[in-house]
Amino acid sequence: MRIPTPIIEYALILPMLIVFGAAVLSVGFEAFISNKYRRQSQVLLTVSALALALIALIIVGNTNARSLAVEGTIAFDGPGVFMQFIILLSSILATLIMAERRVDPAGDAFAPRASAVAGSEDEVIVTKMGLVQTEVWPLLLFSVSGMLLFVSANDFLVLFVGLEVMSLPLYLLAAMARRRRLLSQEAALKYFLLGAFASAILLFGIALTYAYTGELNFGAVSAGISANNNAAGLLTVAVGLVAVGLLFKVGAVPFHQWVPDVYTGSATVVTAFMASAVKVAAIGGLLRAFFVAYGGYAWDWRPLFWAVAILTMLVGSIVALSQIDVKRMLAYSSIANGGFILIGFASTSRAGTAAILFYLLTYSLATIGAFALVTLVRDPSGEANNITRWKGLGKKSPLMAGLFGFYLLSFAGIPLTSGFVAKFTIFVAAVAGGALPLVLVGVVASVIAAFFYIRIIILMFFSDPDPDGPVVVVPSKITAGAIAFTSVASAVLGVFPQWVIDYVSSVSVFLR
Amino acid sequence: MILQPATGIFTFTWVLVALPLLGAFLILVFGKQLKKIAPYLAIALSSSSFVLGFIMFLQMRTRPAGERGFVSNVYQWISSGSLDVSFGLQLDQLSIAFVLLITFVGTMIHIYSLGYMEHDENRGRFFGYLNLFVAAMLLLVLADNYLLLYVGWEGVGLASYLLIGFWQNKHSAATAAKKAFVVNRVGDFGLSLAIMTMFLAFGSFSFSAVNAGMQNAQDWLALTIGLLLLLAAAGKSAQFPLQSWLLDAMEGPTPVSALIHAATMVTAGVYLIVRSASIFNASEAARNAVIIVGAISLIAGAIIGAAKEDIKKSLAGSTMSQIGFMILAAGLGPVGYVFAILHLITHGFFKAVMFLGAGSVMHATNDNVNMRRYGGLSKLMIFTFTTFMVGYLAIIGIPPFAGFYSKEYILEAAFSHSIWVGLIALFGAGLTAFYMTRMVIWTFLSPPRWEDGVHPHESPKSMTIPMIVLAIGAAVIGFALTYNHVFEEWLEPVTGFEKPNAPISVFALTILTLTVVAAGVIFAIYRYRTISPTTPQEVSFLTQAARKDLYGDVANETLLMRPGQKVTKGLVTFDEKAIDGTFLGVANMVWSASRLLRQTSTGYVRSYAAYIVGGTLLVMFLLLIARL
Repeated sequence: MRIPTPIIEYALILPMLIVFGAAVLSVGFEAFISNKYRRQSQVLLTVSALALALIALIIVGNTNARSLAVEGTIAFDGPGVFMQFIILLSSILATLIMAERRVDPAGDAFAPRASAVAGSEDEVIVTKMGLVQTEVWPLLLFSVSGMLLFVSANDFLVLFVGLEVMSLPLYLLAAMARRRRLLSQEAALKYFLLGAFASAILLFGIALTYAYTGELNFGAVSAGISANNNAAGLLTVAVGLVAVGLLFKVGAVPFHQWVPDVYTGSATVVTAFMASAVKVAAIGGLLRAFFVAYGGYAWDWRPLFWAVAILTMLVGSIVALSQIDVKRMLAYSSIANGGFILIGFASTSRAGTAAILFYLLTYSLATIGAFALVTLVRDPSGEANNITRWKGLGKKSPLMAGLFGFYLLSFAGIPLTSGFVAKFTIFVAAVAGGALPLVLVGVVASVIAAFFYIRIIILMFFSDPDPDGPVVVVPSKITAGAIAFTSVASAVLGVFPQWVIDYVSSVSVFLR
Repeated sequence: MILQPATGIFTFTWVLVALPLLGAFLILVFGKQLKKIAPYLAIALSSSSFVLGFIMFLQMRTRPAGERGFVSNVYQWISSGSLDVSFGLQLDQLSIAFVLLITFVGTMIHIYSLGYMEHDENRGRFFGYLNLFVAAMLLLVLADNYLLLYVGWEGVGLASYLLIGFWQNKHSAATAAKKAFVVNRVGDFGLSLAIMTMFLAFGSFSFSAVNAGMQNAQDWLALTIGLLLLLAAAGKSAQFPLQSWLLDAMEGPTPVSALIHAATMVTAGVYLIVRSASIFNASEAARNAVIIVGAISLIAGAIIGAAKEDIKKSLAGSTMSQIGFMILAAGLGPVGYVFAILHLITHGFFKAVMFLGAGSVMHATNDNVNMRRYGGLSKLMIFTFTTFMVGYLAIIGIPPFAGFYSKEYILEAAFSHSIWVGLIALFGAGLTAFYMTRMVIWTFLSPPRWEDGVHPHESPKSMTIPMIVLAIGAAVIGFALTYNHVFEEWLEPVTGFEKPNAPISVFALTILTLTVVAAGVIFAIYRYRTISPTTPQEVSFLTQAARKDLYGDVANETLLMRPGQKVTKGLVTFDEKAIDGTFLGVANMVWSASRLLRQTSTGYVRSYAAYIVGGTLLVMFLLLIARL
């Protein structure tokens, strides 16, 4: 028997190959470069590989026609390229703030050794030995390459491989926070156990889909569903299990419980990465699986997405109200934002896709900016995450508090911010798709959410600061640059959104 | 007239607004670093706007009359489905006239302020506010829709508030600023209601859509919008019954009074009415309301001006009265629009001259504003006196000074509307001659009654030169604009124009007017042969009333403030009991829900996994329901 050689369009997957190659190279750095130079080399490699991949993506995206690649398992289409773009951009920004060493007097945000509790004898010794945690960089690169694969997968096997390559490094990254070691390790273990559980459910759903259609390729699955009218119960279970597995990654209610724990336990810079790039990837996979593979079955799964979207928006917004930890509050805000994005699933139209793409871009930029600012408010023992400690921050550091207030207003969806435009476009698409009740719930949830965002603004600007309150650290130019970029980009997306809206509308067609 | 997309130099219309806005931004943000150069920066930017506006004006003149209007879309925020929020600028014959007036007079007053504010510590900030005002005023007259006009409208209100209260440590200034702000809110409320009504009726804010919609609109709609716009105009232009703030606004620095409270901002109401010509053309009742408001303000302002001893307040009364002239003219319809704008421009020059002259006099007498303590300044302040006299001759309407032409045309139009309106306007012209003569005698021509230690002297060049320039304008601009009917032909495509058709001949009307004016002058000379340096108490009822602004504040308090306070109190009770109660109830419910849901976050992996299982069952359930 002859097995034909697969045709691989290397040009179209060049960005993925660059990141993946850099990840492998980075493992080599870990083994062969001496302690002294390792950190610098790893950071340099990571940033330049991601930047190179971004440039390659822009060139490849502009010069090649949209098509399926690698025997139809990878979709090189408008939404895929745009989501890869968001992932690479937010990964670069996340890398920049991860490389920060100025804000924590002890060094970067990662524990030099698993056993070294912050402030302990161990840490002092390890620091004296000059040990630093550099394994975060190859892990980050592997995770990013998994995400790039995940959002452009056109085949359930590739989707699953992408998911695992993306997730496994994340479990480790979550465990590496320098401060609050136990919380960090607990978060990682929870994330791993629940993630494995969800992966198993997803895999089972994929297997049942295969059982029903005999296909794994999205296009073929879609054709198989419309051709086959028997044993629909099997398909129902298959779709349900795949939905659960992917909604878990999105952090949709009721599969959201890991989100606050993991976001709070991880180092804040890692949380920024998870809340932006990982969220984008998760939505991307969900979007492709349900718009392409199960697109013909939309009448049956749409009520499910309605219910999940309503639950996610309401639970996310309501529970955020009673949070007293800034990171936990932002985690619930992230959940609620996931719910708003799910409104876009109410209409499997181009407008819905375009609105989701725009939302993802604005949301990931604002999220990185907000979390980067959280790292700057510090007590002697680490970040001051308790909201009451932020009292009167506007008087201590008007710039920091002003920017944080700007992001909060954007999350709350105040007009002329990017958050408003994003919510507005998604609502418009949903109304056009006949999901008016969903939009009404969305508006109610926005009002509830606005309450806790504005509460923080009031706390920052209209209370007197504690004399022994936290200080706002001035970061290095790199972090400052990342914050400046996200702020300017968010402002531009709020004030001049039309050209980006036009652009995402032009790239919102999925290939199958 | 059909507007065209902007081409060539007209695509830079936005720069007219951007230049002074940039100045305001730089000066107000980097005030400390720019302390030395701030005034010069402000002057440079405001004069650049003038130069650019002038070039545009010359370009416009080379084009045929019907093709002089341009729209440029400056900024589109979002265009999605039925919501299209975009902002455009409209440059046509009417707006360019305002652009030239605002930037020219504005620049002159910037220069004057160099000398006037020389010793003020915060003068950088002052120039920043002046630039802000110029930018907002230009936005107001360049907007191509009512919404953007409203932004400019609020912008000039803000700048006016900041400038009236510029000397914050002066209690009366702070109070006056607040009063101006509050009274203006009443007018602004009218404007916002008018805009909402237009949007409801025509689905758009733009002038062109409203004009088109008015073609077949019903009477009541035109009347409603017209009256709301009139309320807005009365607030901004200090017309009856919202006039009270203008007299108090004189607490601000004098250049501010000249620029904002005489030449430009207070005339925005006239602009609004003329710009909305299509609305007023459609409703005679609305036009009559405009005429009545204008006539009352015309007479009341003149009476107040004749009783005040404070030179600036007397001038403020005069401003109210002169704007009354313009509003009255605008209320006459197509026969009067052009002349309202003509009088607005000539008034911009001669009133600015007189305010700057008053400032110069105050500068010379240790900031005294009481005319009873002036006198004999004509020989000591020769430039101030000469320029003030030019302004005086212009305002009372002696040919060939500017006011003669504009006022004469308004009288002609008023007489052709009805004999009674004409007679009221004529009476106003006589009163004007009386109180202005009084001012000139008290200030310059009578024997000195100075306070101890006052040594009057002429002001520095930076102050006299702008006065001379503006005085030349006040002398010639009336003739220049009316020669061969250029101004009527210029504005006709925008506002429409009908030739006035007065029952008496133009020549006879001119003689009649000059006679009335001469009577006013002679009566004033006879009346003020001697002037007491203290205020006499035994005066007629009318004088007493006029000294108290004709009881404007008393009326405001009894008619508006007290009932307003009662309504507010009632609303507060309602708000606390009903609305807050409901709101807090809902908020408490959400809060309890939050606490309750938070309990599900136990921290145990086993419960989280159980939720996932439960969620999976829920998902299956939903999918099965969908299949049924």
